[in-house]
Amino acid sequence: MNRIVAREVLAPNIKMLEVEAPEVARKARAGQFIILRVDDGGERIPLTVFDVDRERGTVKIVFLEVGTSTRKLGRVAVNEKVRNFVGPLGKPSEIKKFGQVVCISGGIGAPAIYPIAKALREAGNRVISIVGARTANLLILEDEIRRVSDEVYLTTDDGSKGQKGLVTNVLRQLIDGGVHIDRVIAVGPAVMMKAVSDLTRVHKIETVVSLNPIMVDGTGMCGCCRVTVGGKTKFACVDGPEFNGHEVDFDNLISRLKSYQREERQSMELFQRRCGG
Amino acid sequence: MTAQSKREGMPKLSLKERKHSFKEVALGYTEWQAVSEAKRCLQCKKPACVSGCPVEIDIPAFIKDIREGEFDKAISKIKEKNCLPAIAGRVCPQESQCQEKCVLGIRGSPISIGALERFVADQELKSGVRRYVRTEARHGQVAVIGSGPFGLTAAAELAKAGYEVIIFEALHEVGGVLTYGIPEFRLPKAVVKAEAEYVKSIGVSIEIDKVVGKVITIEELFAAGFKAVFIGTGAGAPTFLGIPGENLNGIYSANEFLTRVNLMKAYKFPDQDTPIRIGKRVVVIGGGNVAFDSARTALRLGAEEVSIVYRRTEKEMPTRLEEVHNAREEGIKFALLTNPIRFMGNDSGWVSKVQCIKMQLGEPDESGRRRPVPVKGSEFTMDADTVIVAIGTRANPLIQSTTKGLKVDGEGHIIVDELGRTSIEGVYAGGDVTTGSATVIEAMRAGKVAAKVFISVDSAKR
Repeated sequence: MNRIVAREVLAPNIKMLEVEAPEVARKARAGQFIILRVDDGGERIPLTVFDVDRERGTVKIVFLEVGTSTRKLGRVAVNEKVRNFVGPLGKPSEIKKFGQVVCISGGIGAPAIYPIAKALREAGNRVISIVGARTANLLILEDEIRRVSDEVYLTTDDGSKGQKGLVTNVLRQLIDGGVHIDRVIAVGPAVMMKAVSDLTRVHKIETVVSLNPIMVDGTGMCGCCRVTVGGKTKFACVDGPEFNGHEVDFDNLISRLKSYQREERQSMELFQRRCGG
Repeated sequence: MTAQSKREGMPKLSLKERKHSFKEVALGYTEWQAVSEAKRCLQCKKPACVSGCPVEIDIPAFIKDIREGEFDKAISKIKEKNCLPAIAGRVCPQESQCQEKCVLGIRGSPISIGALERFVADQELKSGVRRYVRTEARHGQVAVIGSGPFGLTAAAELAKAGYEVIIFEALHEVGGVLTYGIPEFRLPKAVVKAEAEYVKSIGVSIEIDKVVGKVITIEELFAAGFKAVFIGTGAGAPTFLGIPGENLNGIYSANEFLTRVNLMKAYKFPDQDTPIRIGKRVVVIGGGNVAFDSARTALRLGAEEVSIVYRRTEKEMPTRLEEVHNAREEGIKFALLTNPIRFMGNDSGWVSKVQCIKMQLGEPDESGRRRPVPVKGSEFTMDADTVIVAIGTRANPLIQSTTKGLKVDGEGHIIVDELGRTSIEGVYAGGDVTTGSATVIEAMRAGKVAAKVFISVDSAKR
């Protein structure tokens, strides 16, 4: 258990690991996440389940190397183990036949949207996907998302691939073009989910977002991941991670995500000194 | 009894050393002190102390062993009833249990039963715990959910009776609240680990990283052949005040604050990866053990000023007297008859002030304590860059929400009868998940009772 069976570099600083975790593989549903610790002193890192192989008993996760913990994870080689791997956590996505759904992902949201799009399509929905990234080589999982979508739009901030600009531009074009949308699911940076929710609120389109606050235990015990939804405090780890995007207080989420910026820098400096970057 | 009536005081770490270290404060008796304290015991024919012990340890007997220098015998006597003596000796509220009943307490100081229990348990830990002579597991498998005091105790009883016991623990360390909740300076984690190892030596396996309710349900445990399930998932869900500004940066639930420091060892950041942010001025809200643990932790992390804000007076504080003394000694400030009403933040979303209102005590409420009522027009603000909310916890809801037919009360606690039986046959529960935040020893008692009930029901079937 917890052994890495495959490892793939998807983009600069974005890696995929396939981890042996048969019990998690058997139970995980679209929208759920796992928590892992690389080593004994490591943080508990929450990561969305990207895919599972129930026969092989493996779980795939994708992560961006941003800080010490994810850099450490990026250095774990095939056949090595991570110290802890627990899940599935959080509530699964609501999967049923809505009609026509738009699945929007930005950056590292792509591996999270993929299983949701896949499950929605299997449930009989027509899936339109909008995949955004900063630049072409950071746009990941295009083929996978194409396989589970009926229509795909790509965007990059710099125009190096797909349409230049933000995912919300495409969404606006769809809405303005009279495309009927029964539901929008958006996963990505908080600012992007906020922009999507602001747009769909005006057009009264049901919108679900998958939130990524800082977490510790991931089992409802600490309240670190609390978010304000519809004026009430919710825990993303057990009440979510998916919430009605029109009710989420994104400004509070964005502010709370910055809680440890100073410590994150401090930790990275130490890590770089120890490992030479 | 003049020479015998002076109680042996507990040696403590110096104040200077305490300020910035997580080393245990209470150092424990020396051999000489333990024997001397044991000699004060009157060896009552009808010992009242035993009736004050939730797990009915034969207190006079083990004290007699200590008096005679037979420390091995003393610890064996304790372990007949309590498999976690080094833990209980440290965190049991003896002053309101066994020691409260001690007849020496009528005219002077009761025997320090807890300190003696801890002494013999520590002696054994130092010399290496004798492994339990295992009973062959031949009566089938039982599952225990949660490796806190309820789970460890129930598991030990069941294993001793010949069951194959598996404890499922959601976190990556064993011990539940003993590990994530109680700080190192009050309960060293090495002690928790050692006593958990003892439980394992009886024949208990512990599977970490297993969230029952998510990766496997209780229904599935029965389908997999487990004969019974014992739920000790604790009261791990934090409560918040529900006042404006509570989600500002710098406001922690006590659970998060203590979990970061105790479980994730954030006090060793950046050597350990999990950070904690501590401000200069820390306000802790609440008056229980958890509030005191949080305040004293904040001080050790380098806070310049730590205040406990409590809406009643010191008399009503549910914490142990010893903790109040320790906190005072260490320089924790008290803002009593004070209740927060709003948190105010700076431009970057961090808490900067707590607006409070003065309270006065009115008529007694359902808990028998006088109800605090706000004093009109008495609002004032306190500066704070870190706030820790320690106003209690709720039952952990995960099992309840994933187990059909498991009855819970209005607050989400699993409903059990006095024997620990839930609404589902073969499912037992106890500890904080049934009572809300209570004591370690009460959870241990519940674990023993429930295990024994199942053992007698099951052996009747054989």
